[in-house]
Amino acid sequence: MSRIQSTFATLKQQGKTALIPYITAGDPHPKHTVNLMHTLVKHGADMIELGVPFSDPMADGPVIQRASERALVHKVGLTAVLEMVKEFRQTNQTTPIILMGYANPVEAMGTIVFADRAKDADVDGVITVDYPPEECGDYVKELRARGIDPVFLLSPTTDPKRVELIVNQASGFVYYVSLKGVTGAANLDITEVSGRVASIRKQTDLPVGVGFGIRDAATAKATAAIADAVVVGSRMVQAIEASDESDLQSNVATLMDELRAAVDAA
Amino acid sequence: MQLYDMPDARGHFGQFGGTFVAETLVEALEALRVMYEKYRHDPEFLAEFAYDLKHFVGRPSPIYHAKRLSDKLGGAQIYLKREDLNHTGAHKINNTIGQALLAKRMGKPRVIAETGAGQHGVATATIAARLGLECVVYMGSEDVKRQAPNVFRMKLLGATVVPVESGSKTLKDALNEAMRDWVTNVNNTFYIIGTVAGPHPYPMMVRDFQAVIGIEAKEQMMEMAGRQPDAIVACVGGGSNAMGIFYPYIDVPNVRLIGVEAAGHGIETGLHAAPLTANSPVGVLHGNRTYLMQDADGQIIETHSVSAGLDYPGVGPEHAWLKDIKRAEYVAITDDEAMAAFHNLCRTEGIIPALESSHALAYAEKLAKTMNKDQIILVNLSGRGDKDINTVAKLANITL
Repeated sequence: MSRIQSTFATLKQQGKTALIPYITAGDPHPKHTVNLMHTLVKHGADMIELGVPFSDPMADGPVIQRASERALVHKVGLTAVLEMVKEFRQTNQTTPIILMGYANPVEAMGTIVFADRAKDADVDGVITVDYPPEECGDYVKELRARGIDPVFLLSPTTDPKRVELIVNQASGFVYYVSLKGVTGAANLDITEVSGRVASIRKQTDLPVGVGFGIRDAATAKATAAIADAVVVGSRMVQAIEASDESDLQSNVATLMDELRAAVDAA
Repeated sequence: MQLYDMPDARGHFGQFGGTFVAETLVEALEALRVMYEKYRHDPEFLAEFAYDLKHFVGRPSPIYHAKRLSDKLGGAQIYLKREDLNHTGAHKINNTIGQALLAKRMGKPRVIAETGAGQHGVATATIAARLGLECVVYMGSEDVKRQAPNVFRMKLLGATVVPVESGSKTLKDALNEAMRDWVTNVNNTFYIIGTVAGPHPYPMMVRDFQAVIGIEAKEQMMEMAGRQPDAIVACVGGGSNAMGIFYPYIDVPNVRLIGVEAAGHGIETGLHAAPLTANSPVGVLHGNRTYLMQDADGQIIETHSVSAGLDYPGVGPEHAWLKDIKRAEYVAITDDEAMAAFHNLCRTEGIIPALESSHALAYAEKLAKTMNKDQIILVNLSGRGDKDINTVAKLANITL
């Protein structure tokens, strides 16, 4: 059983919903990333989604794009991100790490080389935003052969036929993007999300994570009531953006405490 | 002989092309693919398209024998396909009409576009005004500065121009931003992509709408010269004017197809926009797999060209394919060479060419000198240079 699968299994036994914060590796500076990851875990993260900076993050909104730009100032690319995961693993061997990024950095490294190095760094899952299942069959096989879970997005416009196709390729969990639009967009419609999650569950036993549009304790709580995992991205990055070196860790800790309490209260 | 039949059903040209987008866009692209399949051979749709090309754009655009230029060079005869004479001043209008007519059939009241030099933005704003569609154009803030007249033109036509401040603030960033708009407003919005890039079906669809250039040229060359040219030369940024003139000639033997990229300050300086000529690696950007200018980490690098319309780090996937199968050749022309060709055409033929098209002219001049007087080069003169006069004046330290 993969680390992601066993984490979900344990949480299920405890009757809890997973909280998955997202940060962009290298934001605001590469020297903070591993510490931030530990802070996230200490304050309630069950898993961490670690963004791989990319020059052209088409599916992200302005908040996460700025995080990418801050990281790219320090030349943080896929190689550096894998090094950060390795460093994190020196003191944490239990929290699943899911890399989230775009296809081109993976292709520049080579998909098989990447799969090997991700395995070596002890990465647990990979989301490659612009690899729909039709375009990445071999890549998915390479990841799964190494025990890495390929995690796919489902959107409000994904019809049941495509849900079938996607859940057959995915492992670990599926990630329901609760809004049309880019990361950080507004207006989460919890009733609609609830209906969609219920219909996805009819097609798969994989845990369903929900993200995009979770911005505070209230939306986190409402989402936790219907999902197996709550993913918080832009809000987390905003907290980082609003911090300076002195209060970076404490601001992130405070936000995590709030979100954890909200998720557990659901 | 097996006829050229690309792309495959999912938009692949060999390893290139495809649909590399986030899940949030898959459904919209599928709807577009189905809609385009339905209409691409529909007589009524094609008749409406042809009517607009004739009466609104002024097609067919003529072919002109640039005799004085040819004599001056002393080699092959240079013919110009005069896309610069189209309404709005470039080939871009052909494609925007095709896509806007599709938007209308899909019931989308709003169109968006990305633009570099502003020609595609103007062409989109133009057809949007004519069809009564809301129009939003994304343009890198650097390009907004470089192409002020076109920005004003779009506004006159009722479009909203949104300057894009992210990344390198040029065409690729405008494309990112337009994609973001589309994914957010997909219910009421049609995204009119201006070049033969993007996810399937865009590279194929834009090529098909631009193919009118090559289809006309094939007939016109027979009338003008009694035969087809020995070589066709066209500039390549994303590559839509080149695909438009190349495509109908792919199966015509003995016609060399030559795409001219922007060498900027020179390929060796790294300051260029010539992924094919510089042998850039294969990568994935803007929904398709193609040759891409990138660093070792797979980050897209900034490009340079004096012409905003060629300032793009990738190239349409079909050009990548035509390069690999050796059906087309790709070369590059520097800023300085393009400027010299620009002035040469102004003075010799009384035609002010776009800086983009000046790259094709510059290569045609070089090539003509190596050929005989009874040979023919057809240059796609993709646009007129009125939009570039500020840039040209600035380079000569002249204040207008």
